[in-house]
Amino acid sequence: MAVKLSDTVFDPWQEIANHQQAAGMAGKYGATAVFVGTMRDFNQGDAVCGMYLEHYPGMTETQLQLIVTQATSQWQVLETLVVHRVGRVEPNDTLVLVAVWSEHRGDAFDASRFIMENLKSRAPFWKRETLANGEQRWVDKNSGGYKRQS
Amino acid sequence: MSIKVLYFASLKDQVGRSGDELQVSAPVSLLELWQLANPDLPLPNALLAAVNMNYASLDSLASDGDEVAFFPPVTGG
Repeated sequence: MAVKLSDTVFDPWQEIANHQQAAGMAGKYGATAVFVGTMRDFNQGDAVCGMYLEHYPGMTETQLQLIVTQATSQWQVLETLVVHRVGRVEPNDTLVLVAVWSEHRGDAFDASRFIMENLKSRAPFWKRETLANGEQRWVDKNSGGYKRQS
Repeated sequence: MSIKVLYFASLKDQVGRSGDELQVSAPVSLLELWQLANPDLPLPNALLAAVNMNYASLDSLASDGDEVAFFPPVTGG
């Protein structure tokens, strides 16, 4: 059940392959649910050329661990991996990876969604965007996630 | 008794500093702590708070040695 913060670019697919191998789960899991969040080059109608991800060192890790613990107590999960970027980020960089391994798909789907939705609402990260015109602005709230944004 | 206060993100910009070290004579609620640290600033909308890195309501008490954080809604992921 790994939680990692990364201040450099990471490859989510390599992280998954490495974690899967290190965990020694071969033959034990039948389902892997993966969510990868990637930085867009637009937001709220504006071109975005960069972003800074601020976090609260210590509390961020504590809250992520708590969310994972809640997920693993609610669903039958073999392994989880959460990786989140901090610091300077550029469009097309991976922002977040949530991977869940379980015997069956229901637990993997539900636990991964629980982790992702709770990360969005509880983990102390804040985005400050740099727009193409040089202006900087704080993102004041996350999208709903369940409905198509207009 | 001494209480450490931290501010993050847009709230840090609004108050103009990243933290305070406050001296109080008895445990205080987080609301009182905010007012003590920022007497000229109204309580922000949608303010979140934590004591020792756990979410806490504004009527929670902080006491000697605690680390209190105030911040806006989170936007990770």
